[in-house]
Amino acid sequence: MKLRGAQILAECLVREGVEVIFGYPGGAILPFYHYLPEYPQIKHILVRHEQGAGHAADGYARASGKVGVAVATSGPGATNLVTAIVNAQMDSVPMVVITGQVPRAMIGKDAFQETDVTGITLPITKHNYLVLDAADIPRVIREAFYIAGSGRPGVVLVDIPRDVLQEEAEFHYPESIDLPGYQPTVQGHVAQIRKAADLINRSERPLIIAGHGIILSGAYAELRELAEKAQIPVVNTLLGISNFPASHYLYQGMMGMHGMYHINVATNEADLIIGLGIRFDDRAMGRFKDFAPKAKIIHVDIDPAEIGKNVRCDVPIVGDVKQVLRVLIKYVQPGNRTPWLNRLDEMRRRYPSLHIPDDGRLWSTYVIKTIYEVTPENAYFTTGVGQHQMWAAQYFCRDKPNCFITSGGLGTMGFALPAAIGVKLARPDAVVWAIEGDGGFQMTMYELATCVENRIDVKIAVINNGYLGMVRQWQQLFYNNRYSAVALFNPDYVKLAEAYGIPGFRVSSREEVAPTVEAALACPGPALIEFQVEQEENCFPMVPPGAALSETIPLPVPEVVRQ
Amino acid sequence: MTEVKKHTIVALVQDQPGVLNRISSLFRRRMFNIDSLAVGPSERPGLSRLTLVIKADADGLEQVVKQLYKLIDVIKISELDEETSVQRELALIKVSAPAPVRAEIIPIIDIFRAKIIDVAPDALIIEATGTEDKIDALISLLRSYGIQEVVRTGRVAMSRASARARAVQARSA
Repeated sequence: MKLRGAQILAECLVREGVEVIFGYPGGAILPFYHYLPEYPQIKHILVRHEQGAGHAADGYARASGKVGVAVATSGPGATNLVTAIVNAQMDSVPMVVITGQVPRAMIGKDAFQETDVTGITLPITKHNYLVLDAADIPRVIREAFYIAGSGRPGVVLVDIPRDVLQEEAEFHYPESIDLPGYQPTVQGHVAQIRKAADLINRSERPLIIAGHGIILSGAYAELRELAEKAQIPVVNTLLGISNFPASHYLYQGMMGMHGMYHINVATNEADLIIGLGIRFDDRAMGRFKDFAPKAKIIHVDIDPAEIGKNVRCDVPIVGDVKQVLRVLIKYVQPGNRTPWLNRLDEMRRRYPSLHIPDDGRLWSTYVIKTIYEVTPENAYFTTGVGQHQMWAAQYFCRDKPNCFITSGGLGTMGFALPAAIGVKLARPDAVVWAIEGDGGFQMTMYELATCVENRIDVKIAVINNGYLGMVRQWQQLFYNNRYSAVALFNPDYVKLAEAYGIPGFRVSSREEVAPTVEAALACPGPALIEFQVEQEENCFPMVPPGAALSETIPLPVPEVVRQ
Repeated sequence: MTEVKKHTIVALVQDQPGVLNRISSLFRRRMFNIDSLAVGPSERPGLSRLTLVIKADADGLEQVVKQLYKLIDVIKISELDEETSVQRELALIKVSAPAPVRAEIIPIIDIFRAKIIDVAPDALIIEATGTEDKIDALISLLRSYGIQEVVRTGRVAMSRASARARAVQARSA
């Protein structure tokens, strides 16, 4: 059957099970948009900026477990996607990005809206393609989805010239994939797993550090079984949050630069670190050479290049963490580690990392904690980047798996709203909160139009402290208290919401927080709440830049709070 | 940190457009130190073979290999050591050689088993193959006569027929 390249592309997306794509049309991708209405099974969400399409596809992928798809035109359309591509790639999110390109004969001639997109995205994607023949589209799309979604997930970009989208070719969807250079290791090496089990069985003070890999492989039950069987406390990296029930007695919270003080210090006392689906990132580990000095380290990850990259490793296990845990659990003996659990508990009580002064003032922490408490169980939370993100991570108290979606590796301000759009499309029955700062929200707030136009019911919390709060905190603590370019002018967010035709609320006192959150939740569609919070609240605990976890500055609390 | 030294790595890659770009971009992006890179078709259609000389300590070498394996177009990486492989470089050297000194230069060329491949009234082009050390030595001996131009291919290497190249697996253990 002969079809145009654009039709072939759409046929391939249907065969890959794509239900939603996020995009923005333009000259080079027009042939695809021309045929798109013939494929009603593919829902297209028109964003207001291509970065939004990328983050929405990212949020969709994280919440659904499927490969997210973003579409843009050549040149500026593609370059606007770059931030979102890096964001997804750094956080191991499966995504296929399709960009239009100028016609083949124009490539290399500096044509209108021409950009070397495969060149630009080469170091920021898992793989990319420039398709020069419509007959290649099926193979390329098949490979793109396979590469994006398998092994360590990532972004695959497919750049297609306009005339390739227009030309006719015979359409055959390939049955198999031939990629001799791509063979992810899924099963862990049994001898290594037995070594790991042996270390676990002999350890007295082990810590599990559970990361995004648990979520990506769906190893929630296995993680819990291992922790419970061997009585090992569970710590999260930022992206690992919601891979273990927060109400579980073994759950300790997040570690790292703004992690729980008692955990950061406990890494210094631990005799065994079990890293599960993590990459020993600098923000989580502090100064690498001083990380967990007394501990042996087991590292399970699907990406062999992560093992030994940042910190030493005693027992490396390459494989899918779910498969590895299934085997590991068999070899691990039931344990009793009461003294170690008691020690952690004692440290947590003596150096509490969660404390909101009971002084009636509207602290950001109070707002975030209340949102968590008031929102029903079936809910997802996306965040931007900065203080509000760290507080959202610290005060996270939910049990639902994979309900915390944040920008970790790249740290992209403005992630919350477009990501929440994607999450809502993946999980239409759930409440979706976008928690943003006033800085980040102003970076992507134009996507309010996308919410309204498509009736995407996202609740937005703008934590407005009038500053780029985290930058201000650094300037205060490490740059001699000199505030430089951190105070923000803010629009009237209530009027802004109303201008888009959605309810807007303003909260400036504690008493209003819970009722207003409830009011926003009761709105049938999107709603925005601006919280006018204390301007100079600092986020603690904090590991000073370049310091070791053992040098964490605890949260300053009144003596009476310590137990 | 262990000792930093030169390593010869041979990569079998799919002959896709941009594969060299992917590899060189990886080295630049991850601050790996590349000494030379030579590439050409292999014995199998559709596959190219690259010889890379890199400077790294043991951990750095491990990272280079693992990161290379992450490239979809890279099929196999082997590290070749000097005992069990042959390693060669080709150089073309244009040296000033007016008649009075030509007789001095020719014995040097012979000692190095190099060849004169082009002659002009006042200059010669010499073709030399060998290890980098040998070519460096030849160039330094010729320097006093006036070297006009040098072009070198970078190292190419192959495991000896009697030895099996050690395929460096990403440490999956």
